[in-house]
Amino acid sequence: MAEPRAALKANWLARAGWLLLAAYVVYAASRLDFSLARFSTGLDNGARFLARMLPPRIAQPDSLVNGLAESLEIAVLASFAGVLLALPLGLLAARNLMPAWASWPARAVIAAARSFHPVIVAIVFVKAVGFGALAGICALVVASIGFIGKLFAEAIEEISLKQVEAVRATGASFANVIVYGVVPQVFSRFIGFASYQFDSNLRNSTMVGIVGAGGIGGTLFSAFQRFDYDFVAAILLAIIATIMVGEVIAGWVRRVFVERGRVDEE
Amino acid sequence: MTGAPASTAPAAALSIRGLSKEYVRGQRVLAGLDLDVAGAGLTAVIGPSGTGKSTLLRCINRLVEPTTGQILFGGRDIVPLRGRALREARREIGMVFQEYNLVERLTVMENLLCGRLGYTSAFRAWLRRFEPADIERAWALLEQVGLADFANRRADALSGGQRQRVGIARAVMQQPRLLLADEPTSSLDPRTSVEIMELMRGLGRSHAIPVIVNMHDVDLARRFADRIVGMSGGSIVYDGPAADLGDDVLRRIYGGTSWLQ
Repeated sequence: MAEPRAALKANWLARAGWLLLAAYVVYAASRLDFSLARFSTGLDNGARFLARMLPPRIAQPDSLVNGLAESLEIAVLASFAGVLLALPLGLLAARNLMPAWASWPARAVIAAARSFHPVIVAIVFVKAVGFGALAGICALVVASIGFIGKLFAEAIEEISLKQVEAVRATGASFANVIVYGVVPQVFSRFIGFASYQFDSNLRNSTMVGIVGAGGIGGTLFSAFQRFDYDFVAAILLAIIATIMVGEVIAGWVRRVFVERGRVDEE
Repeated sequence: MTGAPASTAPAAALSIRGLSKEYVRGQRVLAGLDLDVAGAGLTAVIGPSGTGKSTLLRCINRLVEPTTGQILFGGRDIVPLRGRALREARREIGMVFQEYNLVERLTVMENLLCGRLGYTSAFRAWLRRFEPADIERAWALLEQVGLADFANRRADALSGGQRQRVGIARAVMQQPRLLLADEPTSSLDPRTSVEIMELMRGLGRSHAIPVIVNMHDVDLARRFADRIVGMSGGSIVYDGPAADLGDDVLRRIYGGTSWLQ
């Protein structure tokens, strides 16, 4: 009797890939002393650390409030400037509307802005413009350009060109084609991107201070270095509260601009 | 179709000479085509799919670049035009699309006002500050096509027939001297198709401008067109009154015979 026919073909390449991945995981774990024993010694240390954090104590209310305020200012300014710069760049980078000589340089700038973590960019700006909030703002502007520019360009590349063609056929100028044919198709998505970017900038603005680029991060870092773990705990709780408030505000923005649009569809 | 706001622009004669289009080098979609359209009246262009009807229409308002030939519109060749001159020629030619091509997320009123974008600066357009006369004309047109109650609805909330009426109103908002329609009824049911054709013919007559319509439905073309142009293989193989469109002519346009039974 003939062998039963298989319904599916075995994918030996995929199996080899999985085996390789498993082997590498084991190798990397052995190199880095990533073991249960090492983890349990770490836990002991962690327990002592946690104990020193409780109860949280606001050792320096002034530096906490000032740091948080500065972080918020960094986030708002960086989001505003970053989005403003990202819009024309994203439009230039959209390959369906722009010729290659315009879109490639724009795409290169966006890719460069995305290639480094904001902390690395912040270190560069601290060296370039000196300690303080300006370095943090610059770093987050770069991050915003990378994120919004890329998503905005992708959103434009997904629009319906039929609508654009119809506006073009009325004799509209290029600027009018953008305003009536392109912007309406991407506006609600753009609001979504911008509010997520504000969220992300707020999170990052609490961190760039660690490298001296302004905001609550600096306060947090010096509290760590002084072993003021109860103050560290208070700062962390304050950051969590700030982020949550920021998310609520971003949610409101999305609801006002995006969901009001949906109601109109009825 | 009474009470239509009269067009201020007089109809312009269209004269096409030796128009060719090759999307791919050596493959002619339009093969040196000549066509004259003058005065008010509805001209239907019929022919099999892929024979270049759409390309012909899109060459006239330069959404597609002709490879060779002349397109004289109001006595001027519009093929060499670029930039502002091209946009000024385009705004005198209204176009209606098969899939309506409304800006879905704008309101019906905003879509109508799109027809005035050729006359409006980007700043005023951004702020939605259109001329009061344009807004008044938009309301009058909406009433005429029976959509005044939908002015502030988003275009994506409308049915196909309603959308196409908005598409036609947008084109008429341009106060065009020529109206083009690329298969305006192919996405619509038979009854709505007849209503749309009646609207296009009526608006063409009341504004006294020529209307050129690409169509697939031969019976609809016979019923509404003053003149029928039959295309096959990128050339015009019939040009005459609807009444003379017999089976022998249809065979010449579409080929074969069995489908005529």
